[in-house]
Parts: sequence; structure tokens; C-alpha cells
Amino acid sequence: MSLVIPNGMSRRHFLGHMAAGAAMIPAMNFISHVKANAAELKKRQKACILMWMSGGPPTIDIWDLKPESKNGGEFKPINTKGNMQISEHMPKTAAVMDDLSIIRAMSTREADHGRGRYYMHTTFVPNPTVVHPAFGSVVSYELAPKRRELEIPSFISIGGGGSSPGYLGMTHAPFQIDASGRINNADVGDLGYDRLNQRLAMLESVEDNFIKSDRGDSGAAHKKVYEKAVNLMKSKQMEAFKIDQEKKEVVDAYTGAPAQGGMMGGGGQFGRSLLMARRLVEAGVPFVEVDFGGWDLHANVFGTLKNQRLPALDSGIAALTADLKQRGMLNDVVLVWMGEFARTPRINQDVGRDHWANSWSVMIGGGGLKGGQAIGETDKDGLTVSSPKSYQPGDVWATVAHALGIPLDTVHKSKNGRPMKMANGGTAIQELIA
Amino acid sequence: MLQCLVGLKQVTLRAKLFVAGALVLTAVSAMPLTARGAGERLIVGPDDVIVQEINAQIRATWKDNEVEPSPAADDAEWIRRVYLDVVGHIPPIEDVEKFIADKDKLKRAKLIESLLNDPAYVRNWTTIWTNLCIGQQTPRRVSREGMQKFFREAFSKNRPWNEVVTDLVTAEGHYEENGAVNFLLAQMQDQDDGVQMTAKTTRLFMGMQVQCTQCHDHPFNDWKQDQFWQFNSFFRQTGKVDHRRFDSKTGRMVDDFSEIVERDFSGPVYFEKRNGLMKVAYPVYMGSDVDPGPSTDRRKELARLMTNGERPMIALAYVNRLWEHFFGMGFSNPIDDISTHIPVTHPALFNRLAEEFVKSGYDSKQVIRWIANCEAYSLTSRSTKKNTRDNPAIGESALFTHVYVKPMTAEQLYDSLIIATNAHKSGRSGWEQAEVQRREWLGQFVRTFGNDDGGETTSFDGTIPQALMMMNGALVKDAVSVKSGSHLHDLLSGKGNEVQKIQKLYLTSLGRSPTKGELATAQRFLKGTPDTLSVYQDLFWALLNSNEFIFNH
Repeated sequence: MSLVIPNGMSRRHFLGHMAAGAAMIPAMNFISHVKANAAELKKRQKACILMWMSGGPPTIDIWDLKPESKNGGEFKPINTKGNMQISEHMPKTAAVMDDLSIIRAMSTREADHGRGRYYMHTTFVPNPTVVHPAFGSVVSYELAPKRRELEIPSFISIGGGGSSPGYLGMTHAPFQIDASGRINNADVGDLGYDRLNQRLAMLESVEDNFIKSDRGDSGAAHKKVYEKAVNLMKSKQMEAFKIDQEKKEVVDAYTGAPAQGGMMGGGGQFGRSLLMARRLVEAGVPFVEVDFGGWDLHANVFGTLKNQRLPALDSGIAALTADLKQRGMLNDVVLVWMGEFARTPRINQDVGRDHWANSWSVMIGGGGLKGGQAIGETDKDGLTVSSPKSYQPGDVWATVAHALGIPLDTVHKSKNGRPMKMANGGTAIQELIA
Repeated sequence: MLQCLVGLKQVTLRAKLFVAGALVLTAVSAMPLTARGAGERLIVGPDDVIVQEINAQIRATWKDNEVEPSPAADDAEWIRRVYLDVVGHIPPIEDVEKFIADKDKLKRAKLIESLLNDPAYVRNWTTIWTNLCIGQQTPRRVSREGMQKFFREAFSKNRPWNEVVTDLVTAEGHYEENGAVNFLLAQMQDQDDGVQMTAKTTRLFMGMQVQCTQCHDHPFNDWKQDQFWQFNSFFRQTGKVDHRRFDSKTGRMVDDFSEIVERDFSGPVYFEKRNGLMKVAYPVYMGSDVDPGPSTDRRKELARLMTNGERPMIALAYVNRLWEHFFGMGFSNPIDDISTHIPVTHPALFNRLAEEFVKSGYDSKQVIRWIANCEAYSLTSRSTKKNTRDNPAIGESALFTHVYVKPMTAEQLYDSLIIATNAHKSGRSGWEQAEVQRREWLGQFVRTFGNDDGGETTSFDGTIPQALMMMNGALVKDAVSVKSGSHLHDLLSGKGNEVQKIQKLYLTSLGRSPTKGELATAQRFLKGTPDTLSVYQDLFWALLNSNEFIFNH
């Protein structure tokens, strides 16, 4: 029997089912029954997938085209299933836009990569006296404690740079992996669990002495990270990282690879990362960030978009949305697409676009939010937000918090005791809340 | 201009501290200048006048903030820290035992002196500055070996820091023949009109973050966009040539060396204001104009201006960086953003140390002597009830009542694992192979991801992959192996009873003896398992994986 009991915390869960009389059912049936139940339960778990466009994507060429303006560039808009038009190079996404919405009235203030990245991730501007948590850490902090069956990290970042958990502590730092999903050194191997447990028992006695030695919090943070590493080593949920278990058609749909093979845009990395994100969310991970870079297009913006970035983006978003919907998960999983800022409406002398934070778009959908809408608008040349209200990252993340059931009046405390409002006091965007 | 402002804009409380510090100072200047160790040559010891001044000013802030210092660190705690900070690895067990047994009152000052003359000092600071100048991962068309060679020479001869900076900023030539060029080559990855060179030079050597002023005036400090471009114009005569050569084996052209050459450039640079207007900028260094004509060697002029004066930014930046290296917090934090919008913890002391550094002839070792010999550095890293308020981790201003815990850098961790497992003595592989293994391990540990801003994790910051690598990676697996010839094998097959063996394991890894409780725990495990060998292995594994091992405290 012990062969099929997953290691770690689900043992109690398992025994619970035993007590309920499941012992009468032959073993194999019983296992699939438990799995089915767990799958049913996890389907209803709220989660967020952040598609992070590192480098700053030109949203004027993707979500908010200006074909009549000198800033419009080479691309034409096309109709979608939603109540808006998007770029002609996003045809597959156009077919799922009834489930997704575009916020076309972002007006943020940071147009430096580092500062913009910080601002959009945390909702706060950088401040030398406090490190704010990325919103993935906030979601992890709020939702992970309620998911005791989750043995893998609660904030996973695929292919991206790190962000800080700030005052929420290292437990909620992003677990960074690359798009292959390979996790090195996670195998117990020949050592076996008995020896591992002996090692861990000895480790605990050394660690606890250091923690009690009045040397600050680092010692305890170290212990927590080790605990998480051990949980990971022992967990059956590690399977979620293995996208090769998926059928080829599924992988191809996400990456946009034609049936004959061959990948487009970053070797299918974005699509594969999104597929892994879906598997992780299915396993109960509340926040997954997928990094897709290469948007810092100071030169040759149209060629790069048309031939590399947009085909990959289009397939990825469309496949993820359709897949989640088909699995009955789209109502629980929020999708957010953004970069640190967008790019200048004006096209520069290198046929590129530079950094621009004044008027740009973010895509958001799923999680029970209203799809098919364009919220707010920019002027005819894309230079300013022309609708009455413009939005900050705090508003976007407040909307996400709302969709995930995290109360907006939640207040966290910084390490020196300063109260920090959820999403920096942003408000959920009314048009999106169904 | 900027350097004067550093000390000025302070909150009132700090101004008060400043005065208190100055009063104590006058009293101290009458104290004996240097310590004489048993009739030997002069060394910087606890009685040195600058060390005394540091002590007085730090004490003044303790008094003003109503905190008390923690007790002095015991020898075991102190020797581990000073080894990690000065030579980049934990002390070997023999050195710990010898130091603890030494009865000389000046033994700490003497150890600092001997570490400064250890080859590992050169290696450690070469590593640190190579990483700072070209990054953990070598960029394209940059020679890591060349950069290391340059710093190896600089630190082994203890070359004056102003000369080192001058060489780096003005370098020309072949990237192996003149290793100094690699600093600028690493900033020439993109055709960016010297933007990266401007940003990195100011940040690294002057402790100033000006990168955002490329596009707009700085939101908080006094840097304006035109200053960025004035500064930038000093670099515009810098050219790079990437040589290729014919490879007879493959019949193809392959990369050969790269070099920095002087390029004709005179007159202004042009830049775009946010409102779309084009503007011009001429070479001006903090208010000093430089002839923009073709006969000016602009980088030479820049180096001259950067290293000019009684307290130039390069002196402040270097002192701040060294202070942070030893204490975990600089006078101004983050250390590469010394600016009027960021408060300085001990402004008078900061300025004074920078001035003394200049007076010493930009002597890097001398600054380390002052810092490592001062009272604050001799204290334990444990806080007490009387100084719990001194907690920079939560954003409080640093008072240095106890030494703050620092995570080891990846290199410190690797080199310490090598020392703890005696691999440096076994001679299992040649130096070159050892270096390859080291770089491989570091490369895996310092995982970087292809994000656009190229952030790197340079120290153990507690990620799960790093923990997994420590727990199950090949290095620690080897370390706890009991194959004949391994450190653990030698240790266990040598003389000594159970207690002595446990003691050795603690000393070799943590540099201290086990407590009674720890000894009892280990003995309990030994009693409970027939396979005693596995217990020793697992204990050693636990010690190497512990928080106490991985932190510098």
C-alpha cells in the first residue's frame, strides 16, 4: 500500500478517505477515485497566470491600433469575437476575445526597465527604505496557507528574472525555473528516505540553535527554504512540471508549431511555459508567472513583431484560454498580460519604438471577470488616455485580488511596522466585475 | 559639487550626532598613534588614531540613540568572519585551533595583517572586482582571464585605487595584453553610444546611479538629463575592434581578440529631451569644462577629474563599498547610490575616512586595516536587549552595535566548502581543472535568466534550487563521501574517540566546538544506528547545509 501513498502531507487526506469506507473498493479504482476527487476540487481553486512581457511590448501594435494615425505603423486591425479590434497578427486570439478584455487606459509613470518592472509587479514605486512584494508573492501569502495539500511552491516563475517577496518573507519568493521544467538535484536517489530523514533531523538541531542565537531573521528564513525544498523532493506534484506528458497536439497548439514540427518565436518557449503554467495551476499553485522577453524593440519593430513575437504570443494566449475553458477552469483562473510599460506611439528613425508609460494597454481575462470588452481609450494618435479614467497597476491587481477572493481591505505590515494596503489602495475595475 | 552635498542634507537628529561625534574626536586625537607588536614593525592595531576615531564616532551614535553594543565576539566567531571578509573563505581547522590557543593580546591585529599578505587576499578581491566589472557571466568579446590578470596585479601590488580607476577608464588595446580594457568592453555589448559605459562607470566607481537620467532628469537627486550626456560625451572617443582570424582546421573565420581603440570624435553629443527637442552636451565633469576639440583625450581628462581633489566621489564610493563589505551595511545604502536623497548613517566619519583614504595614497589595504581593527567589527553578531532597535533589515538606520549577518557569496560558499572538506590539500586535480570545476559550480549556482535587464543572483539568497544544489549536488555529495583518501575518511579513521570525532566535524565546518546539547544529540544518533559511519556522514552533511555554515556572522 505504501507504494501508492504519496509522500508528505496528503497522507492524512488519504487516510480520511480510507475511513470513509473506501477500503472496500479495489485498490486501483480507489486511487483513481481519489484522483478524480482531487482533480474536481482543484478545478475550483482560484489562481492567476501572469504573462510578463519583459522589455515593454508595443501595445499600439497589438491591442490598441491606430491605423488612421502617422503613429499607426504597418499593422491593420481585425475584428474579434469580443467587442473590440486587435492586431491582424493575432488571429487566433481574436477568436477567444469574448473571454478576454483589454484595459486601454493604463497611464503609469515609470519608463525605466527596472523601475517599471518593480512598479507593475508590486503596485508601488521603488523606495529605498522598503522592498515591496511582487503581487505573485501577495497571492501566495494570501492563498497558500489555505492549500495544505500543495507541496510545490505557491508562486512559480517560469523563464523570468526574480522578484522579491519583500516584507512577506522568503517563503513567498518566486520559485524560478526555466521553460524546460527541469529541476536539478531534486531526486533523493540512492540515499533513500530514511537517510534523508536522519540528515534532516540533524540539520534541524543545528539550524534551531542558530535561529535562537539573536542573529536576525535570516537563519529562520534559511530553514523555511530548506523545508520547502524537501517538500518538493518528496512530492508527487512534481509531475506538473513535466509538459512532455502532454499530447503532441496540445503542445503544438500552445507553441503554434505546425504539425510537421518546427517552432516559431523563441523555439516555442512561451507556449511551453504557458502549458506548464496550466498544469501547475491544475496542481493547485495559486500564482504562476510566465516570462516572455524580447520586446525592447528600439529598432525594426514591425519585422520582429510579425515574424517572431506575435505568432508565438497569439498561439500561446489562444491555446491557454481555450484549454482552460475546455477544462472548466477559465472561471477560476485569471489571466493577466502586461510588461513594465509599452512603447512610444511615435516611430523612431530606426523603425523602432522607445519606452512609453503614458498611455498603453494591459490584457486581462478569466477568473469570472467580464470578457469581450475594451475598457477606456487613448486619443487618435495613442499619445494620451482620452477616456475619463486612467488606470494604475494597483487597479489591475485589485481587480485580480477581487477575482481571487482576496479582500481588498487586507493590510500587510512592512518589516518596520508600516501598514501596506492591498494593491497600494487600488480599486477593482468596475466594468470587469461581472 | 555632489561630494559636498553628501554630508549636508541630513535630518536634524543626524546633525546632532555629528556634533557629538566631533566633540569626542578632539578628545581622541591625543591618543597614541599606532600599536607596536612586541618590538616589531608598526602595524595598525586598536590604538591607531583612525581606528580610534571610528570607534569614537560609532560610540557617539550609540549614546545618542540610547543603545549599547553587543559583547565582543569570541575568537572562533571572529576568525571565521575575518577570513571570509578578507580572504573569501572560512579558516582551515588548524588555523582556528592555533588562533584560539594564541595568547598574544594583539593577535587579531596581527592576523588581519597576515591575511592581507596572503595570496588568497589577492584572489578574493580579484574575484570581487572581476564580477563587479564584467559580471558573473562573461559577456561576448570580453576576456575574463584578462580582467582577472589586471586585478591580480592591482591587488598583489596593492596599487593605489586612483591609478586602478584611471587604468580602467582610460584603457586601450588588446583584451589580454591590457586586461583593463575588459571593463569597458563589457559595457560595449550594444551599439548604445556609450550609455552603458556612462551608467556603469558612475555607478561602480563613483557610487552614483545616473542611468535613468539618460531619458529624463532624476526624480530625486540633482542629476539632470544634460549631465548624463555631458558625462557620456567623455566616452565617445572609445572604439572597439573585434578581430577575426582564419582557422586552418575548419577552414572558417573564427573570433579572435577584441581591443579598444581611440576613435576620432570632437564637438558635442546630441540627445533628445522628453518633449522631443534635440539638445547638445559637451564634456563637463561636475561643473569643470573640458576642451571639446579634437586634440583632447577625453577619457584621460575624465580620469584626471575623477581622481582629483581631497575627497572625490571615487574615494567615498570605495570606502562605502568596503565598509559595507565588512559590516553588511554601508554608510549610505544601497552602496552604489550615494546621493542627497538618501540619508548617510555617519556623515562625518564617512567623509573623514574618504579623506584619509586619499591621504594614504588610495591604499586599499589601509582602509581594510582601519575597518577590521575597529571596535564595531570586533563585536559578536548576536544582538542584545539593549540594541534590538538596531535592525537595518527592517529599514532602521544602521548603528553597528553588533555585526550584521551576511549571506555568503557564491564564491565564498564554494571556496569554504573546499576548505571544510580539505579538498584544497588533497591535490585531486590540477589548478586549472579545479578552476574549471569551480566556474561550473558557480555557473549553476548563480543561475541567471534571460530577462532583458539581466539581473543576477550573486549570493545565497535562499532559493529552492540553491537549497537543492546544496543538499543533493555533486559537491556536497563528494564532501560527505567516505571513500579512502577523502577528508571524512581521514578524519574518521584517525585517532580519537567518538566525542573527539564529533568535535572535529564541528570545528572543520563551523569553526567552533559543539555545545553540550549538540554533542548529546550526535551521540544519541550514534547509539541508535548500527551504521555509525552513516551517522558521521549525515552529521557532516547537516553541518555543511546549516544556516550557521552558509551565513557570514
